[in-house]
Amino acid sequence: MPGFDFSNYNRNAALCARGMSLPKATSTGTTIVGCIFDGGVVIAADTRATSGPIVADKNCEKLHYISPNIWCAGAGTAADTEFTTALISSQLELHSLSTGRKPRVVTCMTLLKQHLFRYQGHIGAYLVVAGVDPTGTHLFTVHAHGSTDKLPYVTMGSGSLAAMSVFETLWKPSMTRDEAVELCSQAIQSGIFNDLGSGSNVDVAIITADKTTLKRNYVKPNERVPKLRSYVFRRGTTAVLNEKIIRKEDLGNYVSVHELSTAAAEEGGDDKMEVDT
Amino acid sequence: MSGIFAINGGACVAMVGKDCVAIACDLRLGLQALTVSNNFPKIFQYGDVFLGLTGLATDVSTVSDLFRYKVNMYRLREERDIAPRTFANLVSSTLYEKRFGPYFVGPVVAGLDPKTGEPFICGFDSIGCIDFAKDFIVSGTATDQLFGMCESLWEPDMTPDQLFETISQSLLNAVDRDALSGWGAHVYIIEKDKVTKRLLKGRQD
Repeated sequence: MPGFDFSNYNRNAALCARGMSLPKATSTGTTIVGCIFDGGVVIAADTRATSGPIVADKNCEKLHYISPNIWCAGAGTAADTEFTTALISSQLELHSLSTGRKPRVVTCMTLLKQHLFRYQGHIGAYLVVAGVDPTGTHLFTVHAHGSTDKLPYVTMGSGSLAAMSVFETLWKPSMTRDEAVELCSQAIQSGIFNDLGSGSNVDVAIITADKTTLKRNYVKPNERVPKLRSYVFRRGTTAVLNEKIIRKEDLGNYVSVHELSTAAAEEGGDDKMEVDT
Repeated sequence: MSGIFAINGGACVAMVGKDCVAIACDLRLGLQALTVSNNFPKIFQYGDVFLGLTGLATDVSTVSDLFRYKVNMYRLREERDIAPRTFANLVSSTLYEKRFGPYFVGPVVAGLDPKTGEPFICGFDSIGCIDFAKDFIVSGTATDQLFGMCESLWEPDMTPDQLFETISQSLLNAVDRDALSGWGAHVYIIEKDKVTKRLLKGRQD
């Protein structure tokens, strides 16, 4: 279990009480989706991370590894999705090592919901859990307060409504792998273009019984137009008051190591210590 | 009297060039509108890894000392210097440990991979979410201005000289439009076997 350190809590609460607003954490505004097909499950995500109205990262990874056959898409507070999935991934690895069995998706989902429920929603992780295990193909959503859903197609994050509208119009039962990938990609693109919290590229992970395929930047509909002109400044544009160059070889002037023979070290009791200048 | 991040002011930026990285910061330490010091560097060196820290000055000092201790302990245990990527993960987990009582800092890490010599930069929010970037990272009260400057001036594969001019002009012009940052700047250009530290002439108002 993680041990959170609350040693700054009282100081920060006091600062808060004096009218200071607490800083905004990086959040993944996010569109994430998942969809079951015949023989496996596919999850997809956009790649924008935001800090308030500022785009903090234009190509972040929101598909997290849990185990070779279980992957997670995360929305909400970016640090929370990152560390919660890493923690459960570690617990699941140890669990499967001690039981000698492949990890199950329900186990992963239960560990996640119990962890998140314990923290009463303060850990802002909203997750889509997907995977294939010996009991079959599974797809879940886990909310920050600990509630879970089990559905054939799911969406989460600020772009969930845009993505769900695509699922509700185009989804049909027992799709092929390629149909499911295309549907998820379309749902994410709907989020990218219609939701301000989502943007940039589409990441896709396809999980089947025998292997998982992660397609990073599966679609790149927002490539930056190359600059037509170089704006590099001429050398000497910036006024410099002082310059210091430290070379690796010059480090010997500041620090040096001398091997002392044991005889010299023993007899030289009252010798002056040599100091480099 | 708004944000905790904006009490002391300050800005930091890191950029990637060809086989080199740069990291730069301003030198102001303020108390709201009152400038207390014009010599408060926000970049700290741990072996070959550089860490820039903006935000609440008390936490900048605390966190920089904490990482000095952690990096020294790492060096004693492992008998080698810490790599930038390893250090980034150390920063991340250290900040997330204080998820519900964070340090109010916006760290930036820059360095070259000791094995491959590949440039590495990354930034964090105050609770340890890593932002890996292949171009530039900005942090501090002049974040908005720095994003605009870097987004327009940065280009791939700059030489150390070009990188110096680009990062310096980006920082200088950004902090001139931020009342809480400025008063001179430090710029580090990190190459394979050489580090150049420059003090820039900046506006003193």
